[in-house]
Amino acid sequence: MLEFKNVSTHYGPIQALHDVNIKVEQGEIVSLIGANGAGKTTLLMTLCGDPRASSGQVLFEGQDITQKKTHEIMRGDIAVVPEGRRIFSRLTVEENLRMGAFFATSEQADERIEEMYELFPRLRERISQRAGTMSGGEQQMLAIGRALMSEPRLLLLDEPSLGLAPIIIQQIFDIVASLRDRGMTIFLVEQNANQALRLADRGYVLENGRIVLEDSGDALLTNEDVRKAYLGG
Amino acid sequence: MSSSALKNALISSITFLILAGWMLGVRMEASSQGIQLSLASAKSLQWLYIGVAAVFFSQLFHQAIFGRFKKKPGDASSGFKLSFKLPTMESNPKGFRLMVSFVLAALIIWPFLVTRGSVDLATLALIYIMLGLGLNVVVGLAGLLDLGYVGFYAVGAYSYALLSEQGLGFWTCLPIAGGLAALFGLILGFPVLRLRGDYLAIVTLGFGEIIRLLLNNLTHLTGGPNGISGIAKPTFFGLEFNRKVKDGGWDTMHNFFGYDYSSTHKVIFLYLMAVLLVAITLFVINRLLRMPIGRAWEALREDEIACRSLGLNPTVIKLSAFTIGAGFAGFAGSFFAARQGFISPESFTFIESAIILAIVVLGGMGSQLGVVFAAIIMTVLPELAREFNEYRMLMFGLMMVFMMIWRPQGLLPMNRPHLELKEAS
Repeated sequence: MLEFKNVSTHYGPIQALHDVNIKVEQGEIVSLIGANGAGKTTLLMTLCGDPRASSGQVLFEGQDITQKKTHEIMRGDIAVVPEGRRIFSRLTVEENLRMGAFFATSEQADERIEEMYELFPRLRERISQRAGTMSGGEQQMLAIGRALMSEPRLLLLDEPSLGLAPIIIQQIFDIVASLRDRGMTIFLVEQNANQALRLADRGYVLENGRIVLEDSGDALLTNEDVRKAYLGG
Repeated sequence: MSSSALKNALISSITFLILAGWMLGVRMEASSQGIQLSLASAKSLQWLYIGVAAVFFSQLFHQAIFGRFKKKPGDASSGFKLSFKLPTMESNPKGFRLMVSFVLAALIIWPFLVTRGSVDLATLALIYIMLGLGLNVVVGLAGLLDLGYVGFYAVGAYSYALLSEQGLGFWTCLPIAGGLAALFGLILGFPVLRLRGDYLAIVTLGFGEIIRLLLNNLTHLTGGPNGISGIAKPTFFGLEFNRKVKDGGWDTMHNFFGYDYSSTHKVIFLYLMAVLLVAITLFVINRLLRMPIGRAWEALREDEIACRSLGLNPTVIKLSAFTIGAGFAGFAGSFFAARQGFISPESFTFIESAIILAIVVLGGMGSQLGVVFAAIIMTVLPELAREFNEYRMLMFGLMMVFMMIWRPQGLLPMNRPHLELKEAS
């Protein structure tokens, strides 16, 4: 469904990604783990077209999206939950969700909002509350809900566990798993390697802008190098 | 009363003495040796002492006086609480319509009961309301700090002035002037809108000045510093409010309806037109706010990256806000030109932009009712305080300081429903 072919990305003269190859198939959860500054977010941003890849190709369903503009890419079947949630804090929960369905008709948006409230009952309780006044976990749910409002087929998650308590992280990952069960394809970028790999069908390890390992999630969890570097021995 | 209150009071009064002393305490006198400083007259010194005393005691007893009104947490009954809710279109459509009709009726009857001067002042306030509402879209909603807004106001005014010289009527020119101002907004906005925050503010400031300088120097078109005079007044379906037909209408109002001529009628007519234009402005902007584009403006103000991640094109959204805001400035400008009958670049200096921006900030960014309220205050107060004309800027500054202390969100901040806790059952 999604494929990175020898993608390199530069920030000015600095190369952040070196010939990255990644594949995400329909219906699976793929996790990308790596340390701070390894290039995880850059990789996701390259997929979104900002910054653009300096060489190589990003393919979505066989179509080359490398040179497309960000808003053109994001308007299609891809949705992203950005790092740090980035909800519209002074807008209400419902307004936030509606922004996610900007290009849908208002009837479609109403329908999808109802679906989101079923998926996240907590959000229904907060329907007309300013989003910025909610707890971190609720904001993360909102960010995911907002991304789902465009009915994407591929969902990109950038560090959904950032700054959340372990019990909330577990809830968020349960939601991600339930989304996969509904047939959503998910590409998860995480520092929380343990959780991310347990959930994943397959995983990649990124180090200094290079993919150094690629295996099934379970295999990576037991891999000696990964255990040492990311799972605390 | 603690020692900290005493210390605070001393510091405040000394600060006051230093600041006010320069203005009230000393006097410059020309003598044979040049300019000499001397102590001011006994009367102004007296005022200075009264001021110092007032600052000292108000600081000293501040806690004792104001602490009483402060609400203690969890104690809703103590202190006074002012809470009223205006009906809105959603919550109470019937009440809302009733309120709107009452307000409109009052606005229409009012000018017939008061003096000509008040009506004239109200018309000016209405122009500023229109400008404030337009700039509110750009600054308050889309979060783009535009310091050159007066440029679009000028474009609107000159469009009408020049077109009416060609024999076009006000009502034909109004949409054209609005359209032209919007076009200017679009053209100027395109290169500018990739900038953010301070940079955007500086560049828009520059554009505002460029437009004014162009008007000043394109002498053959705009008359340069002399401006354009004798601009035709608006007509009522071709009926003029002058004593004799001179603005290209087919008859005069008093002749057609057979009543005695009075110059007050023209002022009232202009006022009613301004009411109509403001009503239209409010209606259109409210409609826009309810549409996805209105939400997109606010979302863009909150987080541009998140907007892009949702597939929105920030440039298009910013441009739409900029263009629509400029369009309303154009309407206001053409009405201004029609009302004054004379315009020159003098009317479109940076201070105008600053006043309009102050209206938006004072009212509470994004809040329309706040803008209306602030525009009235900003036009009526200086008029009421005519005698203190020299101290106008001082009072203005004072007001801003008090605003920052007591209502940093603006007079009527934009209202969003807050969480209401339900009683535990």
